[in-house]
Amino acid sequence: MVRLIAKSPFARQLPVEIAGITITEVAPDPVTSVAPYRGQEAAAGAALSVLGLGWPEPGQTQADGAARIVWAGRSMALLMGVRPPEGLEARAALVDQTGAFAMVALSGPAIDEVLARLVPVDLRLPVFPVGATRRTLIGHMTGSVTRTAEDTIEIAVMRSMGETLLHDLTRAIGVWSARP
Amino acid sequence: MRIDGHGRIGTAPLGFTFDGKRYEGREGDTLASALLANGAALVGRSFKYHRPRGILTAGSEEPNALVSVGQGASAIPNTRATVQELYDGLVARSQNRFPTLKHDLMAVNDLMAPFLGAGFYYKTFMWPRGFWEKLYEPVIRHAAGLGSLASDYDHEVNEKAFAHCDLLVIGAGPAGLMAALAAGRAGADVILADENDRMGGRLLAEVEDIDGVEAHDWAEEVLTELRGLPNVRLMTRTTVTGAYDQGTFGALERVARHLPPGGDAPRECFWRISARASILAAGALERPIAFPDNDRPGVMMAGAVRAYLNRWGVAPGRRVTVFANNDDAHRTARDLAAAGVTVAGVIDVREDAAPGGDFPVFAGAEVVGTTGRHALEHITIRYQGSTRNIRTDCLAMSGGWNPTVHLTCHMNGRPVWNDDIASFVPAPGAIPGMEVAGAAAGHFSTDACLRDGLRAAGAALSALEQKAPDIPVPEAEGRDYAIRPFWLVEGKGRKWLDFQNDVHVKDIRLAAQENFRSVEHMKRYTTQGMATDQGKSSNVAALAVLADATGRAIPETGTTTFRPPYSPVAIAAMGAGAEGMGFAPRRLTPSDGALRAMGAPMIEVGLWYRPSYVPKADETTWQEACDREVRQVREAVGVVDVSTLGKIDIQGPDAAELLDFVYANTFSTLKVGRVRYGIMLREDGHVMDDGTTARLGEHHYVMTTTTAAAGQVMRHLELALQVWRPDLDVRIASVTDAWAQFSVAGPRARELLNTLLDDPTDDATMPYMGCGAVRVGGVEGRLFRISFSGEMAYEIAVPVDYGESLFRLLSSQAEVMGGCTYGMEALNVMRLEKGFITHAEIHGRVTAFDVGMDRLVSRKKVCVGQAAAARPGLTDPGRERLVGLKPVRPGDALSAGAFLFDRDAEPVRSNAQGYVTSVGPSPTLGHWIGLGFLKRGPDRHGEVVRFVDHLRGTDFLCEICEPVFFDPDGGRLRG
Repeated sequence: MVRLIAKSPFARQLPVEIAGITITEVAPDPVTSVAPYRGQEAAAGAALSVLGLGWPEPGQTQADGAARIVWAGRSMALLMGVRPPEGLEARAALVDQTGAFAMVALSGPAIDEVLARLVPVDLRLPVFPVGATRRTLIGHMTGSVTRTAEDTIEIAVMRSMGETLLHDLTRAIGVWSARP
Repeated sequence: MRIDGHGRIGTAPLGFTFDGKRYEGREGDTLASALLANGAALVGRSFKYHRPRGILTAGSEEPNALVSVGQGASAIPNTRATVQELYDGLVARSQNRFPTLKHDLMAVNDLMAPFLGAGFYYKTFMWPRGFWEKLYEPVIRHAAGLGSLASDYDHEVNEKAFAHCDLLVIGAGPAGLMAALAAGRAGADVILADENDRMGGRLLAEVEDIDGVEAHDWAEEVLTELRGLPNVRLMTRTTVTGAYDQGTFGALERVARHLPPGGDAPRECFWRISARASILAAGALERPIAFPDNDRPGVMMAGAVRAYLNRWGVAPGRRVTVFANNDDAHRTARDLAAAGVTVAGVIDVREDAAPGGDFPVFAGAEVVGTTGRHALEHITIRYQGSTRNIRTDCLAMSGGWNPTVHLTCHMNGRPVWNDDIASFVPAPGAIPGMEVAGAAAGHFSTDACLRDGLRAAGAALSALEQKAPDIPVPEAEGRDYAIRPFWLVEGKGRKWLDFQNDVHVKDIRLAAQENFRSVEHMKRYTTQGMATDQGKSSNVAALAVLADATGRAIPETGTTTFRPPYSPVAIAAMGAGAEGMGFAPRRLTPSDGALRAMGAPMIEVGLWYRPSYVPKADETTWQEACDREVRQVREAVGVVDVSTLGKIDIQGPDAAELLDFVYANTFSTLKVGRVRYGIMLREDGHVMDDGTTARLGEHHYVMTTTTAAAGQVMRHLELALQVWRPDLDVRIASVTDAWAQFSVAGPRARELLNTLLDDPTDDATMPYMGCGAVRVGGVEGRLFRISFSGEMAYEIAVPVDYGESLFRLLSSQAEVMGGCTYGMEALNVMRLEKGFITHAEIHGRVTAFDVGMDRLVSRKKVCVGQAAAARPGLTDPGRERLVGLKPVRPGDALSAGAFLFDRDAEPVRSNAQGYVTSVGPSPTLGHWIGLGFLKRGPDRHGEVVRFVDHLRGTDFLCEICEPVFFDPDGGRLRG
């Protein structure tokens, strides 16, 4: 029997550190998009409770151990790190999205300033606290930004655009850090 | 000349060159102050008449001293010398002159002045008629324009960024500083922006005290406190360039233009700032007086002269005169005299101008002329009935001050005339959420500015629902603004208004005379106010002249509006990061790395990169590779990455009904484990996209779209679900990037797959157009038996993380079997041989009927576009319809984009019978083949038509045929 080798979007390219900012790959496994059928959001939330999670409000994430659920748009969320629980399949359309996103975590003292080069939404801590998520642009790419710690923001774009994300982040950090 | 002991800048010397000559300046100088310190009065030639010009102002409103800074590809034209901070080794050059600044041949234009008045090109250069396009216009165009651009690519780096705040304070003079202080102490998130490298505004240029200390020191104290507040952000060198909807502002920060080029620092940063409230404290700009020959080098603004003296320690002349209609300008004379500079006289138009100081004051006098070609030498004044000459090398003029209202006009507001200050002030509420404070609102004393800054902060904080702190107003001068409106001195000689576009009083009067009486018409007819300074120094005076010429008061005459940007913005800054490869995101497939390593040239398909062909070492042309790939696929097996096609996961109880609604043909009859081809129409009945949809489960489908239309189809489905059919309980998700998908095609395709599948597949378990789950090395994947090549073929999909691994295995095994990895050229040839259409054919203006798929549009159900597609004009048999094309002479190469004509017709537009959409060289048939559209196409098979490609210069005969060239019965598909 043949054996296929799995490769994450940034395999062997990350982590890197530039000007005090660290870029690390985030590759949750599995990732499932969850889209409740009509009127089934509450029921979907109930099904998720066995994981210690509920249905996230817009702009919200919830986490419990390895399990994380991230709001991802109109009536849609991404469940990461665990398989979908029993009973969810009847309430929502489940689609495997493992590997479909190129995700990185940006850590460091001035990540808000650096990301201000690429992201148009307000990322100031009071307005974008730990656990908040936004669907927005990163440069020219649609994607999401999520604050996972005071000094850490996760960025996710379509997997096929991963190289562009890395290029844009590297450029932004480099040019910003070269300011006199 | 530099005055020792004066100035508020450093002393470290800096070397620079201007027009090849070396000079020395000081740290803190601008190029302008350094040139004046060195006595270099002549800095440029005016736009139209090439008149010698000198520095007029000390700010970004400068119309004369436009120079080119830097060298080679990174040189920046039209830089205002008054804004350019000096650095060691700076190289600057004057513009708009040939061969030199002092001896400019184009000055002949000045002699031709009578023929070059406003609108001259509507009256002259009319004869002979043909000469306009051939001679006059090119010559005029060549002479026009200011500055020049290097034709090399500029590699300087720029930045773009976003910022958010509660309060944006625009301008850091006394009003702005007080406002920022109040809001900062109140705890609001404040951004204080100033276009200068130092904050303080006019306090840096004046001799006065605030709270008992020198005003510029007081400013520094405030700034020290502001720097210590974590909620206040100071942005120097930052010009707020535009006010836009909902509290959005554009701003340009000159990050490194005060440093030598070639470093890593970004040259500029273009900001978009989102502010919940804003305060415009942008100050006021002094305006000139129009008198004969008022544009000589050495004629300057009075406020600028004392800024050069007090801030930079430079006296722009040794014998200075002042010409004014207001008290404020007298400060220039007093400051100069106190510094030991000779003041040869103050000429004040007001009879009651007060004497004051160690210099003569000519009350009730006017300047009626000047002399000195490359530098001012004398002025002539009319005083008490007679004229006299005064020897002077610098005339400091002031017609009063104009509040800097520009930003308040950016959302269509027009400013309001204020008789008390004889100038325009902003209309209240012109920009929602913006307060205007200080001189920008028409308050000119320092005391009034400080108070007004506090008031504005209070209003802004109140709107932000925050509490304003109690701050006492510092003690400062509060003198009245004494002015008598005075616009021009009549007399012989041109009286300049717009220095940058060379417009003078007579031009305005001519416009009025020719009935261009509205200010909008006068502006465009004379070009007054249309230069890069948007008329900052000339608008009000020109308006006064027009008002007078048309017998109206100024408020009646109106005003033109201002548009962003406030001062010029380089496109490189707005597009920072988006040049070259940064223009758009690149989408890479799972096989991308492997293909590039194989030497495949990659081409852009939308945002994706796909291989054009995969060459063998001995192949030198694309066609060699393409021919071989087609042969290998049809004889053995080929592998191609098809991950780029859009894939949409569709689930829910009403999924089948959604498909029936968006597809023209029926999908609700599709069984589990089967795939069907479908076409999708737009609302207007034209074909939007085609693709296949597979039924994987009871209520589970996967739709594929073409690569280019994936986003469009996704949006279309969202529109269908959210707007047209909200009754449907369906959920959709894009899975284009979630699956790596490869097409394996050819007689040995199944054989190749079975070397990798955990459980082998055969014709019984998966017939043509079947689909199902499979496993590769335990990894769950999907198999679809569909073909775009016309050979027996499968598409195998695995989760994208395993894509590269699967691709490499398929590729190498294919080679063993005498097959290959192939690219887009071969893919295109094979689909052409089978007559399969792509977006080259369904280009947005064809219907299902046109491509011969009318029978696919079901009449038994309703679908998007069905009704519109049935409109009479869209079913006329005379329409251009899909046909195949073969060259009559086998060696002729077809080209897409060519037109088809009856064989004896003249190949002109009106005779066009059709056009060619796709072509390719077919090794299977031994000649080129193509698809195209021809009027009544299906009825004309066998006819010979004339094929003409006007662009490439080809013209030969073609035979019209069935749009299928190979295996029309599809036997090879079914294996």
